[in-house]
Amino acid sequence: MSTAVEPSVTQPTEVAAQSPLVVDDPVAQRFRVHRSAMTSPEIHRSEVERIFAKSWLYVGHESEIPEPGDFVRRPVGGRPVFMVRGVKTGNVNVFHNTCTHRGALLCRQDSGNSKVFQCFYHAWTFDSEGRLKGVPDRDAYAGGLNFDDLGLKRVARVESYRGFVFASFDPGIVDLHTYLAGAKDYMDLVIDGCGGRVEIVRGTNQYSFDANWKLLVENSIDGYHAESTHDTYFKYLVSIGTDLRGGVSGRAIDLGNGHAVIEYSSPWGRPVAKWEPLFGEDARTEIDRLRSDLVARNGEDRAHTIAEVNRNMLIYPNLIINDIMAVTVRTFYPPAPDVVDVTAWELAPVDELPSLRQRRLDSFLTFLGPGGFATPDDLEALESCQQGFVSGGVEWNDISRGMGRSPVANDEEQMRAFWRRWQHQMGTAADLAGAR
Amino acid sequence: MTAMAPSKQAIPRQQVEEFLYTEAALLDAWQLGHWLLLFDEDAKYEVPCNDAPDGDPARDLMLIDDNYARLASRVDRLNSRRAHREYPHSRTNHQVFNVRVQDLPADELSVNASFTVWRFRAGRTSCYVGQYHYRLRRSAGGFRIAAKRAELDMTDLRSVGDVAIIL
Repeated sequence: MSTAVEPSVTQPTEVAAQSPLVVDDPVAQRFRVHRSAMTSPEIHRSEVERIFAKSWLYVGHESEIPEPGDFVRRPVGGRPVFMVRGVKTGNVNVFHNTCTHRGALLCRQDSGNSKVFQCFYHAWTFDSEGRLKGVPDRDAYAGGLNFDDLGLKRVARVESYRGFVFASFDPGIVDLHTYLAGAKDYMDLVIDGCGGRVEIVRGTNQYSFDANWKLLVENSIDGYHAESTHDTYFKYLVSIGTDLRGGVSGRAIDLGNGHAVIEYSSPWGRPVAKWEPLFGEDARTEIDRLRSDLVARNGEDRAHTIAEVNRNMLIYPNLIINDIMAVTVRTFYPPAPDVVDVTAWELAPVDELPSLRQRRLDSFLTFLGPGGFATPDDLEALESCQQGFVSGGVEWNDISRGMGRSPVANDEEQMRAFWRRWQHQMGTAADLAGAR
Repeated sequence: MTAMAPSKQAIPRQQVEEFLYTEAALLDAWQLGHWLLLFDEDAKYEVPCNDAPDGDPARDLMLIDDNYARLASRVDRLNSRRAHREYPHSRTNHQVFNVRVQDLPADELSVNASFTVWRFRAGRTSCYVGQYHYRLRRSAGGFRIAAKRAELDMTDLRSVGDVAIIL
């Protein structure tokens, strides 16, 4: 059963396109997306303005900056920002990474700890709360300098949910909790499955490929491609003794506001807490103990959902949290219609036993990431689609699978939830007339 | 002038280089089955993440952390027609430079070298640059690989996409 959350009240009504790029026809049970949505430079420009400037975007996880003065810098929505834990307040601050004087990047290290941030260009100095603290030769400003006006510029909105820090460049956006809608419950399942306290593991996957970013949205929550595209991974599972009978089965759920999830059982093991041969015989007792802890804390039903059920979740527009054979947190941004920059991390319980952590790391990198047995083949598939679009002759992608039934995990309802929200947010910009 | 103390057995850099060139040639020829035979069964093949080149596979996320069994599976996968990113295969050119050899106890050698691996496929050029760290064991026929680790110098994988080939 789909348990769609009404996406209505939180979003201002956009003017609809006359000839929309997303055609949702429940009567004919047909759902189509025009391929210019993936190739048009005009569409890409509108996405930057209408989607990436108007959504909550994932910045990072609070565990990356545990101590006062800890910082990380990275692009968010294509713009350089940095996130620092304030020395005075302990708050997570997210600043535009630009000196208020004449623009140079202020934070020029990927991560570290600092009480002060000094611009190397003219040596203006700011503290970790963004206050301007020092300007050389201050006397040269005859009218005086208003230090309060010249503090670092915060990103318009910054809020977090259970350690996941989001920012929005839109001052008028709804609060994060409202925005996350049904996705909150699924974030809870991931975090509670890790004992309630999670951290980002050291080591980042940063890769790019030549396809439209929305193809990666689809792929990240696509159960349908697993068996065909990832045949070699399933063969690997068999070679280490995994029983593939039972396969992949479950359902697709629209979580509201463009967010969606597929939840399903699978043959592979899960570090919390489903044993499989890859983990080794001696891991069975530990996994059993984790499982009974989960039951004690959550009851049998929720423990089952946490331990045995996989979740591939999209948090609209560009955050993926996949709780599968390990937990990956993946965000991405399109510098061009046919390029996507991906940054991905592994999420794990804080203070995990070394043997369990080892197992989690093994599970992650065997399937996921640029050196895994699966991710490279996904990149090949998405680049292949993008190249296929260039061929022309076929104008529309078909995303109708599972319409007219309770959508299962290898249907496409979760993608339709994304595309409906995308069309709504793009409004008149996602119109055939303007997308050639 | 005092006589020089009898030195340890000279470190056979030239032999090590010959061995590394042979390994590179096997990879470039896609003779992966033969390449796997260079490894001992307790061997590791590791590639750390770009932002954590000192990554410890017991604690940190790696790009690749293969024991012998997983390495054998990687070879099987690449030899199949179902590793879509590498079917058809890339043309590769593994280049090894700046080889330094150090003796270790128990007939083992520590070898550090620079590498450049060029990868060409479907009109695209990718270049991987970094440092190899090997632990080699002397054997009757020459050397066997006990550990191979490829630490990338690129700050990220944006220009190359993935590490589907063997470095």
